[in-house]
Formats: sequence, C-alpha cells, structure tokens
Amino acid sequence: MFSRTYRTAITVPPLVWVAVFLLVPYLLMFCYSFWSVSESGTIAHSWNLDNYHELLTKPVYWQTLLRSMWIAARVMFFSMLLGYPLAYFLSFHAGGRKDLYYQLVIIPLWVSYLVRAYAWKTILGTDGVLNTLLQYVHLTSHPLDFLLYSPFAVVLTLTHIYTPFTFLPIYASLEHIPHNLVEASHDLGATPAQTFWRVIFPLSIPGVLAGATFAFVLSLGDFLAPLLLGGPSGIMISNIVVSLFGAAYNWPLGAAISLCMLALVLGLIFFSERLEKKWSFS
Amino acid sequence: MATKSEPAVATSSHPGAASLVSIRSVAKHFGKNIVLRDISLEIAEGEFLTILGESGSGKTTLLRILAGFEHSTSGEVWMQGERLDTEPPYRRRVNTVFQHYALFPHMTVEQNVGYGLAIAKRPAAEIQSRVAEALAKVKMSACAKSKPSKISGGQQQRIALARALVNRPRLLLLDEPLSALDANLRRQMQVELKALQREVGITFIFVTHDQDEAMVMSDRIALLRSGELEQVASPREIYNRPATSYTAQFIGHTNLLHAEVRQGTATCSALKWPTSLPDGAALFSLRPECIRPATAASATGSPGNAATVRFRAKLRDQAFHGATELLRVESDGGLILTIRTASRDLPNSEAPLEFEISAADAIPVRASNSNSSSSSHSGSQSEGGV
Repeated sequence: MFSRTYRTAITVPPLVWVAVFLLVPYLLMFCYSFWSVSESGTIAHSWNLDNYHELLTKPVYWQTLLRSMWIAARVMFFSMLLGYPLAYFLSFHAGGRKDLYYQLVIIPLWVSYLVRAYAWKTILGTDGVLNTLLQYVHLTSHPLDFLLYSPFAVVLTLTHIYTPFTFLPIYASLEHIPHNLVEASHDLGATPAQTFWRVIFPLSIPGVLAGATFAFVLSLGDFLAPLLLGGPSGIMISNIVVSLFGAAYNWPLGAAISLCMLALVLGLIFFSERLEKKWSFS
Repeated sequence: MATKSEPAVATSSHPGAASLVSIRSVAKHFGKNIVLRDISLEIAEGEFLTILGESGSGKTTLLRILAGFEHSTSGEVWMQGERLDTEPPYRRRVNTVFQHYALFPHMTVEQNVGYGLAIAKRPAAEIQSRVAEALAKVKMSACAKSKPSKISGGQQQRIALARALVNRPRLLLLDEPLSALDANLRRQMQVELKALQREVGITFIFVTHDQDEAMVMSDRIALLRSGELEQVASPREIYNRPATSYTAQFIGHTNLLHAEVRQGTATCSALKWPTSLPDGAALFSLRPECIRPATAASATGSPGNAATVRFRAKLRDQAFHGATELLRVESDGGLILTIRTASRDLPNSEAPLEFEISAADAIPVRASNSNSSSSSHSGSQSEGGV
C-alpha cells in the first residue's frame, strides 16, 4: 500500500526516540542497580545483588515504600469518591450545561502543579487561611499543626491534583453507556438506585479501573507534594530516590529502588488492563 | 391550519372488548415545537394496535409517554381505571421492546431475560423456569448462556421480546422493533410476532413507519400525522375507506381526483361519475387496482351496477412488479392516472386504450390540510402514491 521508503520514514524516528530516551536509560538503570559505590566514591562496576538486599533489609526503604503505597491508595480512594459522583452528575444530570461543567473540571489542569501545591501550603500553614479562619470563628484556640507537613497534607494535595485524572476515564465510560439501557432497566421495574448498581456501575468499571490506576500510579511516584507539604512524616519513596541520585550519591541503590517501583507499576497496569478487558463490552 | 379537524374516530373496533388504556387529550411540546396535539385514543384489552406515521410524526414520543420516559405537557393516560402517566416507568405494568433492543451487554441472554423478575425479587426457581419458558417461546433456548454481543441482530430482537414478555405486562410497547432487520427476516418476524401476540393475549402497541408492516400485523392502525391522529381504523377499513387524502396516499397507492360536483355528478377532467355529494369541489381517492381495462362484455355495463364509467387513455409508462404491473396513463383530458393490473403484455402502440371504473370505488376523502407535512401537495390534478 505505502512505499517502503515511506514506511521506513514514519516508523524509524519514533523507534529511535523510544530507544534513545527510554530503552537505553532503563538499560543503564538496570546495570547500575547491580553495581555499587566504592569507598573512594566512584561507581564500581562489579556485579552483585547488594542493593536489592539492602532495599529489603533496611526498614527505611521498604517502610517508606509501604507508606507511599498507603498514601497512593488513599489518594486513589478519595479521588474516586470525588471523581465518580462528579462524572455521574455530568453524564446523567447536567443537561445542557454538560460542556461547561466539563471545561470547569479540565481548566485546573492548565494551572501548574507547583502553583497548586503551593496554594495548599498557604491554605494549610500555621498562619494559613484555614487556621486563621478556624481561630477567627473560635473553633480552635491555637493553630492546628497536623494540617501541614504531614501525610494528611500530601493526601489532600494529591487528591486535589489527581481527581480530574480519575474523573476523565470514568466520565468517558459513563458517556459510552447507551441511554436506552437505563430506560430498559427502568422499564423492567428497576428503581434508579437498582439501575445504578445493576447496569450503570458495572458498565463503568473499565473507567473506574483506568481512573484508579491513574491516581495510584501517579501518586506513588510523586515527589513534589511530599517535598513541599509532607514534612519528615510525609516522605515518599521518590524523595529517597531523588536524594540517592543527588546529595547521597548512591546511584546504584537509587536505580534498584526505581526498578522495583517500575516493576510494581507495570504489574499494576497489566493487572488493571486485564480487568478492564474483562469488563468492556463494546 | 388552526382549524381543528373533527376528532378522529377513536373508539375500539371490538365494541365488546374492555378498554385497557385510555389516552385522553394528550399533548407534548418540546419548547416551541409541538410534537403531539390533542391525542385521544382507547386501546382495547388484547388488541394489536399500530401507531403508524412518518418520521417526525410524533409516534415514538407517544410511545415514550406510555412507557413513562417522557411526560406529556397536558392530558392524561389511564390504564384500567388508574392514572398511568403520573407513575414512574418502573411502577408501570408496561414493558417495551426497544428499537435497538437495548440488551444489557454485561449480562448473559438468560440474565437479560430474568432481569425484570430478579428486580421483582421472584424466587430463583420461578425465575429459572419462567426464563426458560420465555426463551423457548422465542426459540432461543440454545443461546441462554451467550452474551448479547455474540448473537445476531435477529436473535437479539427475540431476546428483547422475551425479556419484555417474561414479566407478563398488561401492555407491551414495541418501538420499530423490526426496522434493523433485513427484508426476509423482517417478514418472518412480522408473522411470528402476530402469532405470538395472539398466543399470549397481551395488548401490543406497535410503532412503525412502514405501512405494509402495519397492514399485515394490526387489528387497528392509528395513523399519526404531524402530531395529530389522522385516522384510527382496521387495516381493511383504513385502506378501503380512507377518511382523508393523506391517509389515502400514505396507506397504499392512490389516485387523488380533484372533482367538481354538480347535481349528483362528479367531474374530473374527462371522467364523470355519479355521486351523492352536494354541489361544489370534492376530493376522491381512486385506488390503482380499481381501474380496469375495459372488456367488450362490460360495454353495456354490469348488471346491477349502472355506475360503471368508461374512459380512454394513452399509455405513458409501465412498471413490471411481478404479479401485477403499474401503468401510468393519460386520459383524453390530460389527467394522469396510475393503474394496477395483472401482468400481461400490452399492445405497444400509441392507440388509446379503454378503461373502466365503478363509481363506488371513487371514495370521497377530506382534504388534509398541508400544514407542515411535505409529502402531500395537492397542486396537480392527480397524484399516484409513490
């Protein structure tokens, strides 16, 4: 159909791109993860499993990884809790204002992530908007200090940032449900609540899975929110990776942690795609 | 336009049968757009009623009002002495077969059919036996465990029917359920559907734009035009005694004759026939099959039927339709008529042929006001239905 030259011309550039900017770095990381830092501070190219051993035995690493997963799970849960009803409302009850509301959900995505994270900092801080307000209405006599520099602040910020990412796939899957299925369900005697649980929700599962994966995976690897708002108790695994590649200068251990996270995330995505396929009927 | 045509006859064709559904002065507006105006109709128990109309006539809206998916702007719907239109769809003993079937894609055929019973919290054993029975009735037992996406459109159609009937509704609504099927399957389903309706005895309200389908299946046809009932009658009556020019043209083919009546004689171009109508302009419908080639034997007129009118016309063109053929002829006065005759070879000459009609076959019809419908334009002297 297309000439050989044409096909080469359109397939080679992306392949080169992926190779140079994705495969080669991953391969390098893979190699690094089996190397070590010598006492003189240089990378010793001697192959061993020490990094992985350290990762599993030193509590700070696996505990931080577990805490990161726990934070990511909460972000996933709360952004579902917000994103699903929002998507449901837009899809079934927004009427003619649907497009307007949709834009209102999307617009925050145009604002820099950093700006939004800093905004939470000014809201949650000791002299922040929230504490000032709470003291003004005498709900508290002194500023609440758990608001900022805590896992709570990280979960709140990440939920705010990733809710649109869960909203979008859920909304797309709800919009794909033919309206006559809802009518058919009512016609067969099902109340709106029964219709939701038996027809609408099962058919939106692919969107729910995609949204949940987005929220979890993106939160798990996040390092800005914990850096800005997490404090010592809100440190996440990416902060450790960043410091290992930076100040701590232990690239091999950093690479090992990164690869573990990569494996975890790929496993999750694979699993969620399998489930999505099982629940899609188009 | 604003002149309200006399209310269409809406009484049941079976005077003995009890009325199941009573539609009283129902109107529906979408903003400024009037979709239905002043619809009144009684539907008898066990009846097969077809709501026939072109797209945009409001037929689907009327069905959706009965199902509960739309609210009427004014008017009421009653079923067996109870208000129906104030109830939500899930509390009506009315089920619908949707145009595109609307089977739940995440459920098996069996689960689809059992949905209504499961919602009604029937015991599992009862659900199982009733589902099996319903699937057997539509000859789909073999597909019980399949997902809807794995079966053909015709099979999905049967499942949709079983899913509705298994609930034993008082009233079954069918929204152009056969329109997505190919012609052969469609004809087969028409026969099956009619037989099934007789068997289960449930009242069917069937919506279609296909007049042939309406004729084949219905006990009565309610012809809807631009949101108003044009005529409600049995297929035979609506075909043989169309009340309006629109009905005459929509149901089958016809020749519309714009005649002038003077002292018991209607005149349209070269045709003259006796009529009982008062003097003035009148409109008649003359079916193409009512015009016959004249035979020598009939030259003197059949006994007991003095009102046989003969005329001469030239053949303009001829279309072969298998058992019959359609001729277009031009009479001496320039009147174009469509004629349906048994197939045969006609002399291929310019010589005028002789035809005859019985005066009784020229049915006086009321001129339909051509308010918004594009299909009826009564400018020409005669119009063969298309």
